[in-house]
Amino acid sequence: MSEYIMNIVWAGVWFLVIGGALGVALAFAAKFFRVEEDPRTEEVLENLPAANCGGCGYAGCGAMADAIVKGEVSPAKCAVASKEAIEKISEIMGIKAEKQVRMRAQVMCSGTNDHAKLKYEYEGIHDCISAAKLAGGHKLCPNGCMGFGTCVEACKFDAIKIINGTAAVDYNKCQACGACVNACPKSLIELVPFEAEYWVGCKCVEKGANTKTWCDIGCIGCKICEKNCPVEAIKVVNNLAKIDYSTCTHCGKCFEVCPRHIIWSSKVHLASEKIEEAVKNA
Amino acid sequence: MVKELLLIAFAAIITENFIFSRFLGICPFLGVSEKPSTAMGMGFAVMFVMTIASALTWLVYKFILVPSGLEYIKTIAFILIIAALVQIIEMFLKKFIPALYQALGIYLPLITTNCAVLGAALLNIQNGFNFGESVVFGFAAAIGFTVALLIFAGVRERLKFATPPNAFKGLPLLLVSAGLIAMAFSGFSGISL
Repeated sequence: MSEYIMNIVWAGVWFLVIGGALGVALAFAAKFFRVEEDPRTEEVLENLPAANCGGCGYAGCGAMADAIVKGEVSPAKCAVASKEAIEKISEIMGIKAEKQVRMRAQVMCSGTNDHAKLKYEYEGIHDCISAAKLAGGHKLCPNGCMGFGTCVEACKFDAIKIINGTAAVDYNKCQACGACVNACPKSLIELVPFEAEYWVGCKCVEKGANTKTWCDIGCIGCKICEKNCPVEAIKVVNNLAKIDYSTCTHCGKCFEVCPRHIIWSSKVHLASEKIEEAVKNA
Repeated sequence: MVKELLLIAFAAIITENFIFSRFLGICPFLGVSEKPSTAMGMGFAVMFVMTIASALTWLVYKFILVPSGLEYIKTIAFILIIAALVQIIEMFLKKFIPALYQALGIYLPLITTNCAVLGAALLNIQNGFNFGESVVFGFAAAIGFTVALLIFAGVRERLKFATPPNAFKGLPLLLVSAGLIAMAFSGFSGISL
Protein backbone atom coordinates (compact mmCIF):
# COMPACT_ATOMS: atom_id res chain seq x y z
CA MET A 1 0.00 0.00 0.00
CA SER A 2 2.65 2.46 1.01
CA GLU A 3 4.43 1.64 -2.24
CA TYR A 4 1.50 2.99 -4.26
CA ILE A 5 1.31 6.11 -2.18
CA MET A 6 5.03 6.64 -2.64
CA ASN A 7 4.56 6.25 -6.41
CA ILE A 8 1.88 8.91 -6.46
CA VAL A 9 3.90 11.28 -4.30
CA TRP A 10 6.98 10.65 -6.43
CA ALA A 11 5.05 11.43 -9.63
CA GLY A 12 3.55 14.49 -7.98
CA VAL A 13 6.96 15.76 -6.92
CA TRP A 14 8.36 15.36 -10.40
CA PHE A 15 5.39 17.14 -11.91
CA LEU A 16 5.90 20.00 -9.49
CA VAL A 17 9.53 20.15 -10.62
CA ILE A 18 8.70 20.02 -14.35
CA GLY A 19 5.76 22.40 -13.99
CA GLY A 20 7.82 24.79 -11.87
CA ALA A 21 10.71 24.72 -14.36
CA LEU A 22 8.34 25.42 -17.26
CA GLY A 23 6.63 28.17 -15.29
CA VAL A 24 9.95 29.85 -14.53
CA ALA A 25 11.01 29.45 -18.17
CA LEU A 26 7.75 31.07 -19.32
CA ALA A 27 8.12 33.91 -16.83
CA PHE A 28 11.64 34.60 -18.02
CA ALA A 29 10.59 34.32 -21.65
CA ALA A 30 7.81 36.82 -21.02
CA LYS A 31 10.36 39.22 -19.55
CA PHE A 32 13.14 38.78 -22.10
CA PHE A 33 11.01 38.49 -25.20
CA ARG A 34 8.66 41.30 -24.34
CA VAL A 35 7.75 43.48 -27.30
CA GLU A 36 6.81 47.10 -26.70
CA GLU A 37 3.51 47.80 -28.36
CA ASP A 38 1.73 51.06 -28.83
CA PRO A 39 -1.14 50.84 -26.32
CA ARG A 40 -3.30 52.83 -28.72
CA THR A 41 -3.31 49.94 -31.20
CA GLU A 42 -5.47 47.89 -28.88
CA GLU A 43 -7.83 50.78 -28.15
CA VAL A 44 -8.23 51.51 -31.84
CA LEU A 45 -8.83 47.84 -32.55
CA GLU A 46 -11.55 47.72 -29.90
CA ASN A 47 -13.43 50.46 -31.71
CA LEU A 48 -13.13 48.91 -35.14
CA PRO A 49 -16.06 46.68 -36.10
CA ALA A 50 -14.06 43.41 -36.05
CA ALA A 51 -15.77 42.32 -39.24
CA ASN A 52 -12.40 41.70 -40.95
CA CYS A 53 -14.07 42.40 -44.27
CA GLY A 54 -10.96 43.89 -45.88
CA GLY A 55 -12.97 46.77 -47.35
CA CYS A 56 -10.30 49.22 -46.19
CA GLY A 57 -7.63 47.48 -48.24
CA TYR A 58 -5.85 46.01 -45.22
CA ALA A 59 -5.72 42.33 -44.28
CA GLY A 60 -8.20 42.77 -41.44
CA CYS A 61 -9.14 45.01 -38.54
CA GLY A 62 -5.83 44.25 -36.76
CA ALA A 63 -3.77 45.39 -39.73
CA MET A 64 -6.01 48.43 -40.14
CA ALA A 65 -5.52 49.37 -36.46
CA ASP A 66 -1.74 49.17 -36.92
CA ALA A 67 -1.96 51.37 -39.99
CA ILE A 68 -4.15 53.93 -38.20
CA VAL A 69 -1.73 54.16 -35.28
CA LYS A 70 1.18 54.57 -37.68
CA GLY A 71 -0.76 57.39 -39.34
CA GLU A 72 -0.83 55.70 -42.72
CA VAL A 73 -4.56 55.84 -43.14
CA SER A 74 -7.55 57.82 -41.91
CA PRO A 75 -10.01 55.99 -39.63
CA ALA A 76 -12.79 57.13 -41.97
CA LYS A 77 -11.43 54.65 -44.52
CA CYS A 78 -13.32 51.99 -42.58
CA ALA A 79 -16.69 51.89 -44.28
CA VAL A 80 -18.25 49.60 -41.71
CA ALA A 81 -17.54 51.48 -38.47
CA SER A 82 -20.30 53.72 -37.18
CA LYS A 83 -19.87 57.49 -37.01
CA GLU A 84 -19.40 57.31 -33.24
CA ALA A 85 -16.70 54.66 -33.57
CA ILE A 86 -14.79 56.75 -36.12
CA GLU A 87 -15.03 59.76 -33.79
CA LYS A 88 -13.81 57.65 -30.88
CA ILE A 89 -10.81 56.40 -32.85
CA SER A 90 -10.00 59.91 -34.03
CA GLU A 91 -10.14 61.02 -30.42
CA ILE A 92 -7.72 58.25 -29.37
CA MET A 93 -5.38 59.28 -32.15
CA GLY A 94 -5.82 62.99 -31.40
CA ILE A 95 -6.90 63.84 -34.93
CA LYS A 96 -9.99 65.48 -36.31
CA ALA A 97 -12.65 63.06 -37.46
CA GLU A 98 -13.16 63.17 -41.19
CA LYS A 99 -16.64 63.36 -42.50
CA GLN A 100 -17.79 59.95 -43.52
CA VAL A 101 -20.43 59.55 -46.18
CA ARG A 102 -22.44 56.41 -45.73
CA MET A 103 -22.46 54.38 -48.91
CA ARG A 104 -24.35 51.36 -50.07
CA ALA A 105 -23.75 48.80 -52.79
CA GLN A 106 -26.10 48.92 -55.75
CA VAL A 107 -26.38 46.22 -58.38
CA MET A 108 -26.53 48.08 -61.68
CA CYS A 109 -28.49 45.49 -63.62
CA SER A 110 -32.22 45.01 -63.86
CA GLY A 111 -32.13 42.07 -66.23
CA THR A 112 -34.20 39.67 -64.17
CA ASN A 113 -35.56 36.48 -65.69
CA ASP A 114 -38.64 38.44 -66.80
CA HIS A 115 -36.65 41.01 -68.75
CA ALA A 116 -33.35 39.59 -70.00
CA LYS A 117 -33.19 36.98 -72.74
CA LEU A 118 -30.86 34.02 -72.54
CA LYS A 119 -28.11 32.97 -74.92
CA TYR A 120 -28.05 29.35 -73.73
CA GLU A 121 -28.92 27.20 -70.75
CA TYR A 122 -25.98 27.18 -68.36
CA GLU A 123 -25.52 23.99 -66.38
CA GLY A 124 -21.93 24.28 -65.17
CA ILE A 125 -20.40 25.16 -61.83
CA HIS A 126 -22.76 27.42 -59.90
CA ASP A 127 -20.51 30.45 -59.96
CA CYS A 128 -20.51 33.73 -61.94
CA ILE A 129 -16.78 33.66 -62.71
CA SER A 130 -17.08 30.22 -64.29
CA ALA A 131 -20.24 31.19 -66.14
CA ALA A 132 -18.65 34.40 -67.45
CA LYS A 133 -15.86 32.36 -69.04
CA LEU A 134 -18.35 30.41 -71.14
CA ALA A 135 -19.08 32.84 -74.00
CA GLY A 136 -19.47 35.72 -71.56
CA GLY A 137 -22.31 34.26 -69.55
CA HIS A 138 -25.68 32.78 -70.37
CA LYS A 139 -27.53 36.07 -70.79
CA LEU A 140 -27.50 37.69 -74.20
CA CYS A 141 -26.47 41.03 -72.73
CA PRO A 142 -22.68 41.03 -72.24
CA ASN A 143 -23.13 43.20 -69.15
CA GLY A 144 -26.00 41.29 -67.58
CA CYS A 145 -26.07 39.96 -64.03
CA MET A 146 -25.84 36.17 -64.27
CA GLY A 147 -27.24 35.60 -60.81
CA PHE A 148 -25.04 32.73 -59.68
CA GLY A 149 -24.22 34.52 -56.47
CA THR A 150 -20.48 35.11 -56.48
CA CYS A 151 -21.30 38.41 -54.76
CA VAL A 152 -23.53 36.59 -52.27
CA GLU A 153 -20.56 34.41 -51.32
CA ALA A 154 -18.29 37.45 -51.08
CA CYS A 155 -20.63 39.38 -48.76
CA LYS A 156 -19.65 39.00 -45.12
CA PHE A 157 -22.83 40.65 -43.93
CA ASP A 158 -25.40 38.46 -45.66
CA ALA A 159 -26.76 41.53 -47.44
CA ILE A 160 -27.09 40.18 -50.98
CA LYS A 161 -29.74 37.82 -52.26
CA ILE A 162 -30.42 36.50 -55.72
CA ILE A 163 -33.97 37.37 -56.64
CA ASN A 164 -35.47 36.27 -59.92
CA GLY A 165 -32.09 35.86 -61.62
CA THR A 166 -30.29 39.01 -60.51
CA ALA A 167 -28.54 40.06 -57.33
CA ALA A 168 -30.22 42.53 -55.01
CA VAL A 169 -28.66 44.32 -52.05
CA ASP A 170 -30.43 44.70 -48.73
CA TYR A 171 -29.45 48.30 -47.92
CA ASN A 172 -30.04 47.97 -44.23
CA LYS A 173 -27.55 45.16 -43.96
CA CYS A 174 -25.03 46.57 -46.47
CA GLN A 175 -21.93 48.04 -44.84
CA ALA A 176 -20.39 49.25 -48.10
CA CYS A 177 -17.17 47.29 -47.60
CA GLY A 178 -16.87 46.80 -51.36
CA ALA A 179 -16.25 43.05 -51.29
CA CYS A 180 -19.04 42.42 -53.81
CA VAL A 181 -17.78 45.23 -56.07
CA ASN A 182 -14.50 43.36 -56.42
CA ALA A 183 -16.13 39.93 -56.64
CA CYS A 184 -18.47 40.60 -59.58
CA PRO A 185 -16.77 39.42 -62.78
CA LYS A 186 -18.87 41.88 -64.78
CA SER A 187 -18.28 44.83 -62.44
CA LEU A 188 -22.01 45.40 -62.12
CA ILE A 189 -21.98 46.50 -58.51
CA GLU A 190 -21.18 50.08 -57.56
CA LEU A 191 -20.96 51.94 -54.30
CA VAL A 192 -23.38 54.85 -54.30
CA PRO A 193 -24.21 57.30 -51.49
CA PHE A 194 -26.70 55.77 -49.10
CA GLU A 195 -29.02 58.72 -49.66
CA ALA A 196 -28.97 58.34 -53.45
CA GLU A 197 -32.63 58.19 -54.41
CA TYR A 198 -32.28 57.41 -58.10
CA TRP A 199 -29.99 55.11 -60.01
CA VAL A 200 -29.65 53.73 -63.51
CA GLY A 201 -30.12 50.01 -63.16
CA CYS A 202 -28.11 49.09 -66.23
CA LYS A 203 -24.49 48.70 -67.23
CA CYS A 204 -24.93 47.79 -70.88
CA VAL A 205 -22.71 49.96 -73.08
CA GLU A 206 -23.78 48.38 -76.38
CA LYS A 207 -25.84 50.23 -78.99
CA GLY A 208 -29.46 50.78 -78.11
CA ALA A 209 -30.69 48.58 -80.97
CA ASN A 210 -28.73 45.62 -79.56
CA THR A 211 -29.79 46.30 -76.01
CA LYS A 212 -33.42 46.31 -77.11
CA THR A 213 -33.19 42.82 -78.58
CA TRP A 214 -31.38 41.40 -75.53
CA CYS A 215 -33.37 42.93 -72.73
CA ASP A 216 -36.81 44.47 -72.28
CA ILE A 217 -35.56 47.05 -69.86
CA GLY A 218 -31.90 47.98 -70.53
CA CYS A 219 -30.72 51.56 -71.10
CA ILE A 220 -30.64 52.39 -74.82
CA GLY A 221 -28.83 55.70 -74.47
CA CYS A 222 -31.69 57.82 -75.84
CA LYS A 223 -30.54 60.88 -73.84
CA ILE A 224 -34.08 61.87 -72.81
CA CYS A 225 -32.95 61.89 -69.19
CA GLU A 226 -29.90 63.98 -70.05
CA LYS A 227 -32.05 66.60 -71.79
CA ASN A 228 -34.53 66.76 -68.94
CA CYS A 229 -32.09 66.95 -66.04
CA PRO A 230 -32.21 70.49 -64.61
CA VAL A 231 -28.70 70.30 -63.07
CA GLU A 232 -26.90 68.27 -65.75
CA ALA A 233 -26.18 65.49 -63.27
CA ILE A 234 -27.08 62.65 -65.60
CA LYS A 235 -24.96 62.06 -68.70
CA VAL A 236 -25.10 59.44 -71.43
CA VAL A 237 -21.63 58.04 -72.12
CA ASN A 238 -21.11 54.96 -74.30
CA ASN A 239 -24.86 54.49 -74.79
CA LEU A 240 -25.39 54.35 -71.04
CA ALA A 241 -26.83 56.96 -68.69
CA LYS A 242 -24.85 57.65 -65.54
CA ILE A 243 -25.79 59.82 -62.57
CA ASP A 244 -23.17 62.03 -60.97
CA TYR A 245 -24.18 62.00 -57.30
CA SER A 246 -22.08 65.04 -56.42
CA THR A 247 -24.45 67.26 -58.41
CA CYS A 248 -27.68 65.22 -58.34
CA THR A 249 -30.46 66.99 -56.42
CA HIS A 250 -32.74 63.95 -56.26
CA CYS A 251 -35.49 65.80 -58.12
CA GLY A 252 -36.69 62.62 -59.82
CA LYS A 253 -37.10 64.16 -63.27
CA CYS A 254 -35.06 61.44 -65.00
CA PHE A 255 -37.07 58.75 -63.22
CA GLU A 256 -40.29 60.23 -64.59
CA VAL A 257 -39.20 60.66 -68.19
CA CYS A 258 -37.25 57.45 -68.84
CA PRO A 259 -39.15 55.57 -71.57
CA ARG A 260 -37.48 52.28 -70.63
CA HIS A 261 -38.14 52.63 -66.88
CA ILE A 262 -34.54 51.71 -66.23
CA ILE A 263 -34.03 54.54 -63.75
CA TRP A 264 -35.08 53.30 -60.34
CA SER A 265 -36.15 55.17 -57.29
CA SER A 266 -35.50 54.09 -53.73
CA LYS A 267 -38.87 55.66 -52.81
CA VAL A 268 -40.69 53.31 -55.13
CA HIS A 269 -38.41 50.30 -55.21
CA LEU A 270 -36.64 50.06 -51.88
CA ALA A 271 -34.57 46.96 -52.34
CA SER A 272 -34.61 45.79 -48.74
CA GLU A 273 -38.40 45.66 -48.77
CA LYS A 274 -38.30 43.91 -52.13
CA ILE A 275 -36.01 41.30 -50.63
CA GLU A 276 -38.18 40.76 -47.57
CA GLU A 277 -41.19 40.34 -49.81
CA ALA A 278 -39.38 37.88 -52.07
CA VAL A 279 -38.14 35.86 -49.10
CA LYS A 280 -41.68 35.75 -47.74
CA ASN A 281 -43.07 34.55 -51.06
CA ALA A 282 -40.38 31.91 -51.54
CA MET B 1 22.03 5.62 -41.25
CA VAL B 2 20.86 8.06 -43.93
CA LYS B 3 18.82 5.32 -45.55
CA GLU B 4 17.04 4.56 -42.28
CA LEU B 5 16.22 8.23 -41.76
CA LEU B 6 14.84 8.49 -45.30
CA LEU B 7 12.70 5.41 -44.70
CA ILE B 8 11.30 6.93 -41.52
CA ALA B 9 10.58 10.17 -43.36
CA PHE B 10 8.90 8.39 -46.29
CA ALA B 11 6.72 6.32 -43.97
CA ALA B 12 5.71 9.39 -41.96
CA ILE B 13 4.79 11.40 -45.06
CA ILE B 14 3.11 8.80 -47.26
CA THR B 15 2.38 5.32 -45.96
CA GLU B 16 1.57 6.32 -42.41
CA ASN B 17 0.32 9.80 -43.07
CA PHE B 18 -0.77 11.38 -39.80
CA ILE B 19 -4.16 12.40 -41.07
CA PHE B 20 -5.11 9.81 -43.63
CA SER B 21 -3.87 6.68 -41.93
CA ARG B 22 -3.34 7.53 -38.26
CA PHE B 23 -6.26 9.98 -37.99
CA LEU B 24 -4.34 12.41 -35.82
CA GLY B 25 -4.93 16.16 -36.04
CA ILE B 26 -8.37 15.89 -37.62
CA CYS B 27 -9.60 19.08 -35.94
CA PRO B 28 -7.18 21.49 -37.68
CA PHE B 29 -7.51 19.33 -40.78
CA LEU B 30 -11.19 20.23 -41.03
CA GLY B 31 -10.83 23.67 -39.48
CA VAL B 32 -8.15 25.42 -41.52
CA SER B 33 -8.30 23.61 -44.84
CA GLU B 34 -10.72 26.09 -46.37
CA LYS B 35 -8.10 27.79 -48.53
CA PRO B 36 -4.67 26.54 -49.67
CA SER B 37 -3.09 29.68 -48.20
CA THR B 38 -4.39 29.04 -44.68
CA ALA B 39 -3.54 25.35 -45.04
CA MET B 40 0.02 26.35 -45.90
CA GLY B 41 0.23 28.68 -42.88
CA MET B 42 -0.97 25.97 -40.55
CA GLY B 43 1.38 23.47 -42.18
CA PHE B 44 4.45 25.64 -41.61
CA ALA B 45 3.49 26.30 -38.01
CA VAL B 46 3.04 22.57 -37.38
CA MET B 47 6.38 21.76 -39.04
CA PHE B 48 8.10 24.29 -36.84
CA VAL B 49 6.54 23.16 -33.58
CA MET B 50 6.51 19.43 -34.24
CA THR B 51 10.24 19.31 -34.97
CA ILE B 52 11.16 21.22 -31.84
CA ALA B 53 8.60 19.35 -29.72
CA SER B 54 9.92 15.98 -30.93
CA ALA B 55 13.44 16.92 -29.90
CA LEU B 56 12.48 18.37 -26.54
CA THR B 57 10.08 15.64 -25.48
CA TRP B 58 12.64 12.99 -26.43
CA LEU B 59 15.23 14.68 -24.24
CA VAL B 60 12.80 15.06 -21.34
CA TYR B 61 11.75 11.43 -21.62
CA LYS B 62 15.31 10.12 -21.80
CA PHE B 63 16.89 12.31 -19.14
CA ILE B 64 14.07 13.02 -16.71
CA LEU B 65 11.24 10.50 -16.97
CA VAL B 66 13.28 7.32 -17.50
CA PRO B 67 15.82 7.93 -14.71
CA SER B 68 13.04 8.78 -12.25
CA GLY B 69 10.95 5.75 -13.30
CA LEU B 70 8.00 7.82 -14.50
CA GLU B 71 7.64 6.50 -18.06
CA TYR B 72 3.96 5.78 -17.45
CA ILE B 73 2.97 9.45 -17.15
CA LYS B 74 4.69 10.56 -20.33
CA THR B 75 1.37 11.57 -21.93
CA ILE B 76 0.56 14.18 -19.31
CA ALA B 77 4.16 15.35 -19.12
CA PHE B 78 4.28 15.82 -22.89
CA ILE B 79 1.03 17.80 -22.96
CA LEU B 80 2.50 20.12 -20.35
CA ILE B 81 5.77 20.51 -22.21
CA ILE B 82 4.19 21.11 -25.61
CA ALA B 83 1.82 23.74 -24.24
CA ALA B 84 4.67 25.64 -22.58
CA LEU B 85 6.92 25.18 -25.58
CA VAL B 86 4.42 26.70 -28.01
CA GLN B 87 4.03 29.73 -25.76
CA ILE B 88 7.76 30.26 -25.50
CA ILE B 89 8.23 29.82 -29.25
CA GLU B 90 5.48 32.36 -29.85
CA MET B 91 7.13 34.95 -27.61
CA PHE B 92 10.53 34.24 -29.12
CA LEU B 93 9.26 34.70 -32.67
CA LYS B 94 7.38 37.87 -31.80
CA LYS B 95 10.58 39.38 -30.46
CA PHE B 96 13.22 38.16 -32.88
CA ILE B 97 11.52 37.10 -36.13
CA PRO B 98 8.38 39.27 -36.35
CA ALA B 99 7.97 38.49 -40.04
CA LEU B 100 7.62 34.76 -39.31
CA TYR B 101 5.36 35.56 -36.35
CA GLN B 102 3.08 37.55 -38.66
CA ALA B 103 3.11 34.77 -41.25
CA LEU B 104 2.20 32.03 -38.77
CA GLY B 105 -0.34 34.34 -37.15
CA ILE B 106 -3.11 32.63 -35.23
CA TYR B 107 -2.01 29.13 -36.22
CA LEU B 108 0.81 28.99 -33.69
CA PRO B 109 -1.34 29.17 -30.53
CA LEU B 110 -3.84 26.78 -32.13
CA ILE B 111 -1.16 24.10 -32.20
CA THR B 112 -1.05 23.95 -28.39
CA THR B 113 -4.00 21.62 -28.57
CA ASN B 114 -3.10 19.85 -31.80
CA CYS B 115 -3.05 16.15 -31.02
CA ALA B 116 -0.79 15.48 -34.01
CA VAL B 117 2.08 17.12 -32.12
CA LEU B 118 1.43 15.01 -29.03
CA GLY B 119 1.02 11.98 -31.28
CA ALA B 120 4.42 12.55 -32.85
CA ALA B 121 6.05 12.87 -29.43
CA LEU B 122 4.42 9.67 -28.15
CA LEU B 123 5.11 7.68 -31.33
CA ASN B 124 8.80 8.59 -31.09
CA ILE B 125 8.93 6.86 -27.72
CA GLN B 126 6.70 3.97 -28.77
CA ASN B 127 8.86 3.23 -31.84
CA GLY B 128 12.05 3.44 -29.75
CA PHE B 129 13.61 6.12 -31.97
CA ASN B 130 16.91 7.72 -31.05
CA PHE B 131 17.30 11.51 -30.95
CA GLY B 132 18.08 12.03 -34.64
CA GLU B 133 15.31 9.70 -35.75
CA SER B 134 12.82 11.48 -33.49
CA VAL B 135 13.60 14.87 -35.00
CA VAL B 136 13.37 13.52 -38.55
CA PHE B 137 10.12 11.70 -37.72
CA GLY B 138 8.60 14.85 -36.20
CA PHE B 139 9.55 16.99 -39.20
CA ALA B 140 8.45 14.41 -41.78
CA ALA B 141 5.14 13.80 -40.00
CA ALA B 142 4.50 17.55 -40.16
CA ILE B 143 5.25 17.53 -43.89
CA GLY B 144 2.76 14.68 -44.28
CA PHE B 145 0.25 16.74 -42.30
CA THR B 146 0.83 19.73 -44.59
CA VAL B 147 0.50 17.60 -47.72
CA ALA B 148 -2.80 16.21 -46.44
CA LEU B 149 -4.04 19.70 -45.60
CA LEU B 150 -3.12 21.04 -49.03
CA ILE B 151 -4.76 18.15 -50.86
CA PHE B 152 -7.93 18.64 -48.86
CA ALA B 153 -7.86 22.41 -49.35
CA GLY B 154 -7.76 21.78 -53.10
CA VAL B 155 -10.70 19.41 -52.85
CA ARG B 156 -12.65 21.91 -50.75
CA GLU B 157 -12.12 24.66 -53.31
CA ARG B 158 -13.90 22.46 -55.83
CA LEU B 159 -16.59 21.41 -53.33
CA LYS B 160 -17.55 25.06 -52.87
CA PHE B 161 -19.11 25.06 -56.32
CA ALA B 162 -20.83 21.71 -55.93
CA THR B 163 -24.56 21.59 -55.36
CA PRO B 164 -25.03 18.58 -53.07
CA PRO B 165 -28.36 17.50 -51.54
CA ASN B 166 -29.27 19.58 -48.51
CA ALA B 167 -28.57 16.76 -46.07
CA PHE B 168 -24.97 16.57 -47.30
CA LYS B 169 -24.20 20.28 -47.23
CA GLY B 170 -21.27 21.41 -45.09
CA LEU B 171 -19.58 19.03 -42.69
CA PRO B 172 -21.09 15.72 -43.89
CA LEU B 173 -19.78 16.31 -47.40
CA LEU B 174 -16.36 17.23 -45.99
CA LEU B 175 -16.16 14.09 -43.87
CA VAL B 176 -17.19 11.89 -46.80
CA SER B 177 -14.56 13.47 -49.05
CA ALA B 178 -11.93 13.14 -46.31
CA GLY B 179 -12.83 9.48 -46.00
CA LEU B 180 -12.46 8.98 -49.76
CA ILE B 181 -8.99 10.58 -49.74
CA ALA B 182 -8.02 8.40 -46.78
CA MET B 183 -9.11 5.33 -48.76
CA ALA B 184 -6.96 6.48 -51.66
CA PHE B 185 -4.04 6.88 -49.28
CA SER B 186 -4.54 3.36 -47.97
CA GLY B 187 -3.26 2.26 -51.38
CA PHE B 188 0.22 3.34 -50.25
CA SER B 189 0.19 0.87 -47.38
CA GLY B 190 1.04 -1.86 -49.90
CA ILE B 191 4.51 -0.40 -50.24
CA SER B 192 6.87 -2.46 -48.12
CA LEU B 193 9.98 -0.71 -46.90
